Amino acid sequence: MSKPAIEIKNMSMLFNLNSEKVDNLKEYFIKLVTHKLHYNEFWALKNINLRVEKGDRVGILGFNGAGKSTMLKVIAGVLKPTEGTVETHGIIAPMIELGAGFDMNYSGKENIFLYGATMGYSRKFIQEKYDEIVEFSELKDFINVPVKNYSSGMKARLGFAIASAVDPEILILDEVLSVGDAKFRKKSEKKIISLFDKGVTVLFVSHNVDQVLNICNKAIILDHGKIIAQGDAKEICDQYVEMTNAGKK
Amino acid sequence: MKKYLKNFYKYRYLLYEIVRKNIKLQYRDSALGIVWTFLQPLMTTLVLVFIFGNVFGKSNSGVVNYPIYLLCGRLLYEFYSQSTKRAMRSVRNSASVIKKVYVPKYIYPLANVSSTFVTFCISLLVLVCFIAFYVIRGTVNPEYAEMMPHITPYMLLVFVPLIILFLLSIGVGLILSTLDVFFKDIDYLYEVFCLLLFYMTPIVYRIDSLKIDSELFAYVMLANPMYSITEMFRCCVLYGKMFNIHHLEYSLGFAAVMLIIGVIAFYKKQDKFILHI
Repeated sequence: MSKPAIEIKNMSMLFNLNSEKVDNLKEYFIKLVTHKLHYNEFWALKNINLRVEKGDRVGILGFNGAGKSTMLKVIAGVLKPTEGTVETHGIIAPMIELGAGFDMNYSGKENIFLYGATMGYSRKFIQEKYDEIVEFSELKDFINVPVKNYSSGMKARLGFAIASAVDPEILILDEVLSVGDAKFRKKSEKKIISLFDKGVTVLFVSHNVDQVLNICNKAIILDHGKIIAQGDAKEICDQYVEMTNAGKK
Repeated sequence: MKKYLKNFYKYRYLLYEIVRKNIKLQYRDSALGIVWTFLQPLMTTLVLVFIFGNVFGKSNSGVVNYPIYLLCGRLLYEFYSQSTKRAMRSVRNSASVIKKVYVPKYIYPLANVSSTFVTFCISLLVLVCFIAFYVIRGTVNPEYAEMMPHITPYMLLVFVPLIILFLLSIGVGLILSTLDVFFKDIDYLYEVFCLLLFYMTPIVYRIDSLKIDSELFAYVMLANPMYSITEMFRCCVLYGKMFNIHHLEYSLGFAAVMLIIGVIAFYKKQDKFILHI
């Protein structure tokens, strides 16, 4: 049997929520002396088990604060799980917040190389993909302008263009398809679907059930840090719509 | 261990890109651009030569060539303080990236020390110019012959103190960047420490011109690794002789200890960074 793209075993993530943020020494000592330094423990994720086969496209549904973004960050390697293990096989392209690695004073062109390097790619490799990235982002006329002068849509476009150009094996999408205008949104959806043919594995977080149905073949529902349902995309989406409607009543 | 090396190898481009970015952006909006890397030390050295050589007097007594003596100390000190300060803030300044994408976090302090090292190496050109100036003047006019720096093969050893200083800065930079994530106060404390270091290191004065009564104080002065490194550097480029091997042992040992503490502290705490930045 081939290795799964992502395998999560008994993974839990604990956050210490300070009642107030203590970030200087004076406050720390005052609180230490006055015994006010206590943390509220909060399990953002609890005993998550998930196996994603290569080529699967999994939609992650859930209400705000259910732990969706935390889960993506753990899979992307940004957060280290408190308990359990996460194993991934393949090149991950995280699109958690597009343009997060940009330097505002740097031009679009320079940022392409910087962002590429942030994802672990060589200058030479990005050079080969450069034209494709610029063309896809539709920013040819602005490529030598510092990114601080870009609109948020332009930044997102550039971010998406870079992250999708590198032929990822695992694509992590956190509500990124809701940025940009309708035209670009269609274009990026199309681009993602074109990656399916190459057998890319997708994790997709969205509140939009239609988008999930469009992109995913499987889905899970997260609630309060636990997976409460998993299975076929259609079934799970129906269940999620039911949950949403129940909440309204 | 192999895993870490492999990971570093993969992200070596990121190191390169950040070094490149820091250097490019540092002087981007100034009219003279990269020229400032040697114009700035040149001008500040002239100020210091004027103040400590003339106004306060006596600081230059017994020094063969006071401008070069001062320039050596200042360049090294400036590199150390700049690189460690930048490294200290690097992790917090990169919060937006670290929170969204997986990157080996030590790249940031490492890249900041490295980029400062590159500009420092460019600024060494000032020193070359100074030496050339005094050598030519001494040759043309024998009156100034005694101020001539000695051109000797020992100049080739100049990379020894520089490498030690580089390692020391990385070690201290790693420690500071770890602390800075949890306590921002370090920023201000370290500024004060650097000021203290400037006066505790024989940059504008000679250590044997000091009249130190307290034995403890004398001991502290000698224990300063910046003193050993600066002395080694001056031996190579100004005095034209072999440096004291004890200076080499001490500063190398000190740098190694700092580096080990830095790596361990950073490694143990790095998974918690994201919760605090």
